[in-house]
Amino acid sequence: MKWWIAFWNILVKDMRAYYLKPPNISWGLIFPLAWTGMFFIKSGRGLESVLSVLPGVMVVSILFGTTSMLSVTVTFEKKGRSFDRLLLAPIPLELLMLAKTSGAILFGTANAFIPIILAAFLTDLSQAAWGAVIPAIILLAVTSTFLGLFIAVSVSEVFEAQTFSNFFRFPMIFLCGLFFPIERLPVFLRPLSYVLPPTYGTDILHGAFGIGHAIPIPIDFALLIVFCIGLFFLSLRNIQKRWII
Amino acid sequence: MNDPSVDAIAVHKLAKRFGEVQAVADASFEVLQGELYGFLGPNGAGKTTTINMLTGLARPDTGKIRIAGIDCTGNPKAAQHLTGVVPDESNLYPELTGFDNLCFCAALYGMKKEKREPRARNLLERFGLADAANRKFAGYSKGMKRKLTIAAGIIHDPQILFLDEPTTGIDVASARQVRQLIADLHRNGTTIFLTTHYIEEAERLCGRIAFIVGGEIVRIDEVANLIQPIQEKHVTQFAVSNLGPSLPGKLIKAFPGLIFKALAGGLIRVESDTPIGVGPLVRFLENQGAEVNEARRIQSSLEDVFVRVTGIEAGTMRKEKEKKAGGGA
Repeated sequence: MKWWIAFWNILVKDMRAYYLKPPNISWGLIFPLAWTGMFFIKSGRGLESVLSVLPGVMVVSILFGTTSMLSVTVTFEKKGRSFDRLLLAPIPLELLMLAKTSGAILFGTANAFIPIILAAFLTDLSQAAWGAVIPAIILLAVTSTFLGLFIAVSVSEVFEAQTFSNFFRFPMIFLCGLFFPIERLPVFLRPLSYVLPPTYGTDILHGAFGIGHAIPIPIDFALLIVFCIGLFFLSLRNIQKRWII
Repeated sequence: MNDPSVDAIAVHKLAKRFGEVQAVADASFEVLQGELYGFLGPNGAGKTTTINMLTGLARPDTGKIRIAGIDCTGNPKAAQHLTGVVPDESNLYPELTGFDNLCFCAALYGMKKEKREPRARNLLERFGLADAANRKFAGYSKGMKRKLTIAAGIIHDPQILFLDEPTTGIDVASARQVRQLIADLHRNGTTIFLTTHYIEEAERLCGRIAFIVGGEIVRIDEVANLIQPIQEKHVTQFAVSNLGPSLPGKLIKAFPGLIFKALAGGLIRVESDTPIGVGPLVRFLENQGAEVNEARRIQSSLEDVFVRVTGIEAGTMRKEKEKKAGGGA
């Protein structure tokens, strides 16, 4: 059995059917643009503040880019029973779910570069540590995709997946140090910040763009990897438990 | 599955419970290689749950499953490369064309592009869907959707095919085509596990049949063996109007050697071990004030066996299913 053929075709099918559709592309472009504009205007500090908001905007773009379509590609397909067709194929469940999430990872990664491209026209990015930025973007995309997957397989209806996603996504914008330093959050909220994966990705990006970071970078990377593995296997366990009844 | 002595499917004491409902209870059966095996039962009998357990979409509570000699009880993935599944509802991708759907399904089984594309074209041609190959699946009619779903189930040329209610909810002409396709697949050596509530369909297509009711298999035999004891009986049916409530009792008294059954719609069915003349019966009924509109000899069928074994009227079962499917074959 040539598993790579199945993997590649699931990925291509999802990209064509869901991610590369004009509404989704426009959402992928407009959302980061709107956030970038909103924070620049709000900060009122002019172009010199671009670097300070860039990591946060990148994380928001990744977060929304990866999680938005998973409720369709996974929950909707399960509801419509076309997901059963994938479960009936002789592909290991792990590989199947990696194929189903690869589209979201690629889409989220691509979304992260939209604010970077915009910022490149407005400020000097030559001092950025790209060796840390690129792996951080990829790991953030993988982690938030698997967080979206975990949500998508924990519910049975598409609207539940979308609502449940927002329950995580919006608080994370404020809790994970994207635009407000965690140290400035109320003490009782800070522990919550450290159990949310974007905190560590944002910290890497802040460090890489020379804004200053709170946690040693290797620890940030290690924790992101732990979140990736943990969320992926929790999602697989949920599929085994809830969908193969 | 090269060893012909190995059963295509072997199931031992399979059971599955959903909360309070025992969906399948202690089901045991074997399907031989190349056999077309029918699984017959009313709605909620446990047919789809059994297929789901055999194909890996449901986990059995207890029991053992072997597909082509491979123990799949704990690892349903082990034999999925040998099986094809046509579910009771079409589950292809509405946004893909017929051709793309088939190619995608072939790719799930590791088929390379140079093999899957000619195979998809060939199946579209064979199923009469070539003209609709580039149309989106969402725009297909029910019959076309059913045929494409069957084509998707056999795109990788499986040794064993699970067909769940293949003709439910489609028009008569499409149902006939689907039955012909099933017969052709069987002729070409594919082992077929067919669930249906159309008794005449099972009678026409299957070699052996299992009756399942309330999750329990109540009878398994070859179609000929199932029908034979009933065919040895002579059955005559009378259509009668003005049938008084006491008439069946009077008939039993007057003709002690015969078995009478009053059916709905003023029908009386008479069974006997030897041929009977209808004259004395007609005269007796008319003397009792009833009007005999028709008397005809009934050829016994699998439907009679089903009713006798399960106690369920086949017509009721068919109506229930057609109501659920929103159509009828």
